[in-house]
Amino acid sequence: MMAAATIASGVEVDPAVLEAQQARIDAIRRATPAAVSIFAGESGGGSGVLLTRDGYAATNFHVVQAAGPAVTCGLADGRLYDAALVGIDPTGDLAIVKLLGRDDFPVAGLADSDRVQVGDECFAIGNPFLLGTDLQPSISAGIVSGVHRYQFPAGTILEYTDCIQVDAAINPGNSGGGLFDAVGRLIGINGRASFEKRGRVNVGAGYAISANQLRNFLGALRSGRICDHATLGATVSTAVDGRVVVADILESSDAWRRGLRYDDEIVSLAGRPVRTVNAFKNVLGILPAGWQVPLVIRRDGRRQDLLVRLHAVHSPAKLAELASGDAAEESRGGSDGPEVPAAVRHVYERRAGFANHHFNVVERDRVAAGLAAIRDARPDGPWVLAGQLAAGGEFRIELSDATATIDLPTGTSTLAGEDEFDRQPVPPGSGGLLPALVLWRRLVVEGPTAVGQTIFWGTAPRQPATFAADAAGELVDVLESAVAGVVARFGVDAAGRVVWIDLWTSPDADPCEVRLTWPEEGTAGGMPLSMEASFGSEPFATFVMDAPAAAEASR
Amino acid sequence: MIPCRAAAVLIALLTTRVVGAATESSPQLVAASAAHSVVKIYGAGGLRGLEAYQSGIILSPDGRIATAMSTVLDSDGIDCVLDDGRRFEATPLGVDPRRELAVLSIDATDLPAALPAEERVAAGTRVLAVSNMFGVAVGDERASVQRGVIASVVPLEARRGAADAPYTGMVYVLDFTTNNPGSPGGAIVDSRGRLLGMIGKELRSSAGGIWLNYALPVDELLVGCEAIVAGSGVAAPAAAATPFDLGLLGIVLVPDLLDRTPPFVETVLPGSAAARAGLAADDLLIAVGARAVGSHAAAERAVGAIPSGDPVRLSVIRTGTVVDYELGPRPAVAEGRAPQGATP
Repeated sequence: MMAAATIASGVEVDPAVLEAQQARIDAIRRATPAAVSIFAGESGGGSGVLLTRDGYAATNFHVVQAAGPAVTCGLADGRLYDAALVGIDPTGDLAIVKLLGRDDFPVAGLADSDRVQVGDECFAIGNPFLLGTDLQPSISAGIVSGVHRYQFPAGTILEYTDCIQVDAAINPGNSGGGLFDAVGRLIGINGRASFEKRGRVNVGAGYAISANQLRNFLGALRSGRICDHATLGATVSTAVDGRVVVADILESSDAWRRGLRYDDEIVSLAGRPVRTVNAFKNVLGILPAGWQVPLVIRRDGRRQDLLVRLHAVHSPAKLAELASGDAAEESRGGSDGPEVPAAVRHVYERRAGFANHHFNVVERDRVAAGLAAIRDARPDGPWVLAGQLAAGGEFRIELSDATATIDLPTGTSTLAGEDEFDRQPVPPGSGGLLPALVLWRRLVVEGPTAVGQTIFWGTAPRQPATFAADAAGELVDVLESAVAGVVARFGVDAAGRVVWIDLWTSPDADPCEVRLTWPEEGTAGGMPLSMEASFGSEPFATFVMDAPAAAEASR
Repeated sequence: MIPCRAAAVLIALLTTRVVGAATESSPQLVAASAAHSVVKIYGAGGLRGLEAYQSGIILSPDGRIATAMSTVLDSDGIDCVLDDGRRFEATPLGVDPRRELAVLSIDATDLPAALPAEERVAAGTRVLAVSNMFGVAVGDERASVQRGVIASVVPLEARRGAADAPYTGMVYVLDFTTNNPGSPGGAIVDSRGRLLGMIGKELRSSAGGIWLNYALPVDELLVGCEAIVAGSGVAAPAAAATPFDLGLLGIVLVPDLLDRTPPFVETVLPGSAAARAGLAADDLLIAVGARAVGSHAAAERAVGAIPSGDPVRLSVIRTGTVVDYELGPRPAVAEGRAPQGATP
């Protein structure tokens, strides 16, 4: 067919042109089935894109903001689906909705948006001007005009950081729809455009939230929470010589406790070089509150590697206010909350701090199922961990429902019950290693519902120390338990193994951090090979377990 | 670091495009090299829809930069920011009021070589537009790149406000929205990265009033810039040290004594632009351009707002009849020259 290179009208065409055209047609054909036209009744609508076969779709927060718990979604197959609001990120302008009724939805594949280059072909699929009344989405093609752009919150709180700028037409109604690369992979979520004297129509400058930002927030969004963005607890400015330096820092911040000080030069954050204030805001803007990421600084010519925890930008109350907005409050008939349409009543549950708590239970149960899958590999009575400390000497830890004992060369510590969790973090100097391990055992043996109040928190880096935002580092599920005055977060990998635990005995202090190393997947063993515990910036101890059989025998 | 990144892009593209056997450079490479030669310019503005930023094209490795003549340049400190984040204070070398061009000079080394120029291409040519539209790019970020086609090559018939644009030569009319806030001074390049023209100021079509997307062809750009560099252009305005006023046109109004003193002409200085045009004592000034002026103060404000190089048109009432006068392009305020006799 290509050899002929003559189109119907008899005009000779370079085969390369026809090939390029065919490639574009194919890419659009691949991407279109996952495009969602969102209709939100009186509050308008927009676009979306399906991410999972069971119906999770991404869109903009500003598309669903006034819609309440349900929207109607149309796909290019000509069918309408009811969809429930899942989670929202009011600052980053992202939201997740779940389309109901199928488990075989067509989906878009998420690309690594940091590989996108200026000049790349791209196309947007969406529902501009809500034209898609026949449910057929509109396609607009263009090129990438800029990458890593920063867009100030213009009269709103919607801050577009690290976004992709395109000349493909992005018009009102395209919001929430997908931006795709030349082969039809999802590189961003269109959400904003520069409008000016010509009115609210495209003038060649549209902006998409990067796929990598979406990936970072996806876990938190699926948790049903109202997600928040991150702050270092420090502001930066450009020094006379062009370096990016700390201009101000809160002494209550984690960064301060990790050693960040005024005038320190920021070299990189989360693995990305920082050469301008914008670059700093760009990296920070794609990271959820609560993550722990590497920060490299230079002071007096010396490079220092820090590991910092990011604080939330807003208070929970402020976040809830941002999430609702006046217009939304009105349409929901006051403070009683939205009226829940029958179609989504079975997948909607109101709870403070959540856009929809129902999906938190769904995700928590999913992670619990993973934990349960390898529960059989562990003893169901008390656990005994024994072996050698890396620093020398033997250790023995025994864990049961609420009590525990640890024998160390420096002495023996015991935990008599839950009420001691926050009173005296034991062993001394660990910040609460024993309560962390007791809760871990309970989470595994009894499941999350038995451990105080446990929610699905979202996802976070598996290995914070080496996490690189631009390499789309590996993320793990995170459960958060609040019990007896302490808060613990558990990183759980895809195999259902707890890979790290952070336990706070006081919200403003450092947590006890436990990092667990497991055998290669597929090999036997219900216990980790080793554990590293630290508190603040100080390592507490590294525990190397005896062979599992030996641990078993020592019971 | 930026040159390193460009090199990395180059290598990546070369290694992945071997099978393509493309005769033209990849769009990514062309975009990168064109954006490398476009600078972000910051100056006066920021009020009432007047942007304080625009774009410029590096003309030579010794630091000459072509840009659009605009109010952005009416500043003591004009800054040029390169795509490696370096910031330089720019000195205006002069302007070409007809083409609405200006040439700036920066004291910089290691500048990218000037883009090769390609003269007078035909309608239908695929192009990239590279500019700092909307001021989106800051610091070491590259200017924004758009893609489109030259729709036609025609003489410019355009206006800004009520005034006709001074340039009426050929322009490239483009089929995409290139002339946005901040775009003036940006580059139009072809698919091989050759410079075709410079994005002009935001203008409306004289015929239909729609906003135009156009570029000054590179031959006009280079002729204008060469004349400016050779010194035959109009000298650059002395950075807003002296405000422009009626005195510079040779018009002295009656003393401004009342709340709304009527703008009667008291004297016209001999040999001045106003005298040459034919204004005379006792004329009552009623409009500056399309702006009606009802008082001495309003007349001064309206004249002060005429951009340098724009035509000056005054309407007066003389013995009961409205008479319009053309005083030519608004002259730049020469350094050291004090405004003459505007107030008694």
